[in-house]
Amino acid sequence: MRSLSEIDTVSKRSSKAAGYSWGIAEEIGKNIRLLEIFSLPGIKNLNSFFKKKKELSLENISIIKQDNEANKDEYCPIIAGVNFLDQIKTLETLNEITFKKVSYPLLFLPFVSRAAEVIGKRIFLKMDDREFLLNFNNNIYSNYTKNEIIESAENIYLKVLENRDSFEEKEWHELYKLSEETFVEENESLKQGGAGAGLTDND
Amino acid sequence: MNISLRDPNVVMKLSRLGSFHQSKLSFLRSFLKEFKDWDYKRDLFELNEHGYGTAVYSFKKKNRVYSLICFANELDENERSDRVIATKWDAAFTLFDGIPKKQDIERLKNEVPKQEFGRLSYKELTLSRANKSVRVFNHVVECLSEGKQPDNDLITSVGYLYRTTAVYGSGKFGLADRFRIKDREEIYGPFRLEMMLVYLVRQFTFDQVNHIAKSKNPKKAVNLDINICKSLGIGNSTGLGMAPFIVNHPTLLNNWISAREISLKKIREIKTISEKDKNLFLECLKKSIKNITSWNTESEYQINKIKSLLKDLNQFIVYLDNDFNFEQDYAFNELYLHVEKEYCEECIEYVVSMMMEPYDDITSPLIKEMSSEEEKYFNIPTERTVEDLKLILEKKYPDILTIDFTQDENNLNFWFISKNKEEPRLANRFDEVGAELEQPLAIARDIKKLYELLSVTKNSWTIAKFLSTNNELRHVVRRAFIVEKFPYSEIQDNTIGQKIMPIDMLRLKLSFFGALKFDPRSDKWLRICMFQGAPLPEQLKNYDEHWVYN
Repeated sequence: MRSLSEIDTVSKRSSKAAGYSWGIAEEIGKNIRLLEIFSLPGIKNLNSFFKKKKELSLENISIIKQDNEANKDEYCPIIAGVNFLDQIKTLETLNEITFKKVSYPLLFLPFVSRAAEVIGKRIFLKMDDREFLLNFNNNIYSNYTKNEIIESAENIYLKVLENRDSFEEKEWHELYKLSEETFVEENESLKQGGAGAGLTDND
Repeated sequence: MNISLRDPNVVMKLSRLGSFHQSKLSFLRSFLKEFKDWDYKRDLFELNEHGYGTAVYSFKKKNRVYSLICFANELDENERSDRVIATKWDAAFTLFDGIPKKQDIERLKNEVPKQEFGRLSYKELTLSRANKSVRVFNHVVECLSEGKQPDNDLITSVGYLYRTTAVYGSGKFGLADRFRIKDREEIYGPFRLEMMLVYLVRQFTFDQVNHIAKSKNPKKAVNLDINICKSLGIGNSTGLGMAPFIVNHPTLLNNWISAREISLKKIREIKTISEKDKNLFLECLKKSIKNITSWNTESEYQINKIKSLLKDLNQFIVYLDNDFNFEQDYAFNELYLHVEKEYCEECIEYVVSMMMEPYDDITSPLIKEMSSEEEKYFNIPTERTVEDLKLILEKKYPDILTIDFTQDENNLNFWFISKNKEEPRLANRFDEVGAELEQPLAIARDIKKLYELLSVTKNSWTIAKFLSTNNELRHVVRRAFIVEKFPYSEIQDNTIGQKIMPIDMLRLKLSFFGALKFDPRSDKWLRICMFQGAPLPEQLKNYDEHWVYN
């Protein structure tokens, strides 16, 4: 089994060899490591992408807007990802973002996962029919578990989720009430041990 | 009194970093301190009469066990090489996490001797190989088998029976990634498991030499005297592989240097020096001189450095004995100011190391801070502005911004990874091919380039906007924001100029390892000795922490 350190190093070096700058190659190394930690096929997709990269007519997006559609064939997932991560503080306010036609979209995913950590919010991502919930870069929930190469996505939809409770207030109170059963009712004698006990004024 | 930390623009110059010496913060000393109360055991020793076979040594505490597995193999004379291009060695080693089962040993027997071409697993933590100093090893076997102890002069001049040529860890060749073990308290200090491997290998070399002598002449042979064993360490040949490490791990480098600088600051802030602390400082300093005088090297560069160090130290000792009053307030601060004013960089840093000796209470807590989670600081704060970044560069890289990289002498070399051994190398970009595959280690040049680009960019732009069209300098943008938080994370020198001495980068790292003597064989590789004079595993429970100077 390859260690994560080997995965990071080889992904970084191969990315430089594929034409990316060292700074971007460093990002890719971390990203492929992340995909592999989350049991997603990072190495498989990166290898396939680099083998086909020269044949693909890729568009590099610089400034990301609410709705983004590639003029040529497809967006490069790396450049789109790097700029998404870099611009996340402004993109956050847009709430919903879409991309049409993205090459090797799984390589875009870890940038979004890291962006979720940067803004401290969950991000929901839909890649055609595959759904991913990116939880602050701590884990990824998904209905996609196949170990396969995804060459392109027609539509990517992203939604920044506000930090809200996943439960009803009533459910919280019910649980809180039960937790109170671990407390001890204080009689007068026990109250004397509390902070400020015995004071007759509030000076 | 509040003493400022030393200026990174002085401390992080290569000539200064290349003058660092071992100290209480050094990893081999902190390793011994951490593991002194662990149970040491030789679990397996199955060598044939020639010393070839398998051995296992372990350190155990409660449920945690670390086991060194040794494989000693026959090697033809013409196959023995210390160079990184070698493919066979006298012995190969791995540190196993736990107690290895028979199947583990069988699996590793096929993989460990292959080193870079073998595959290890998450159960293995470190990997190494070593070659005999044939001259010393054979001499010791001969003497012991005849019932005599070996020639002391020969032993002292070489200092080891085996020398390692590489020690790997942290996920290399399938070894366990650091994240699997980083929360173990006993390995909070850096390179703890690499140090453990080397330390246990040292014991294996004594056991092997005794075993061969005994097999050769069972009736007459004697064991190597324990005091001679103590005087032997493990040699190590180290090349350029170490140099990029300190550039590629900026926050780790910061934490090493920072521990040293904070120690110095706190020592300088001590108002009254106790008699006991003064005496310990003087004792260590005076006894340490013999380490310098026994330092053998043929390198003219190193010989000159040793000469000026010795001259300065002798003057310094005379000054201490005749002119210095330890009873004055803040005596160590006065002493430091004197040393900084009067002596060479080697001497300044030597004395800084010595000043730490009495102050366990200052150094011990800092040792735990010497590891780092580089990844925590990987993301670039892209909401910051071009103006912010420009100010950081002006403040943190003042001398680097004055270098003219259009001059060939300042842009002479390039760092690359060799295809043969995947090892870092340095070459002249105007004479050699391959400069287009340069590694991102020309930090000074790229920082200057970044500064020039920022100077023609609107101050109000965010870094996100700047990077959207300037990603070729992304690697140094990241570093600049790291150095803003970690002042000692960057070498404040040009690592590709004509005057670069790569050996300075190696000496820095090896001083933190705890190497005592540096023997440069060129400006690109050197030999050192580790654990020379250190207590043996059986003596660890009550050892003298100042063994370095005994």
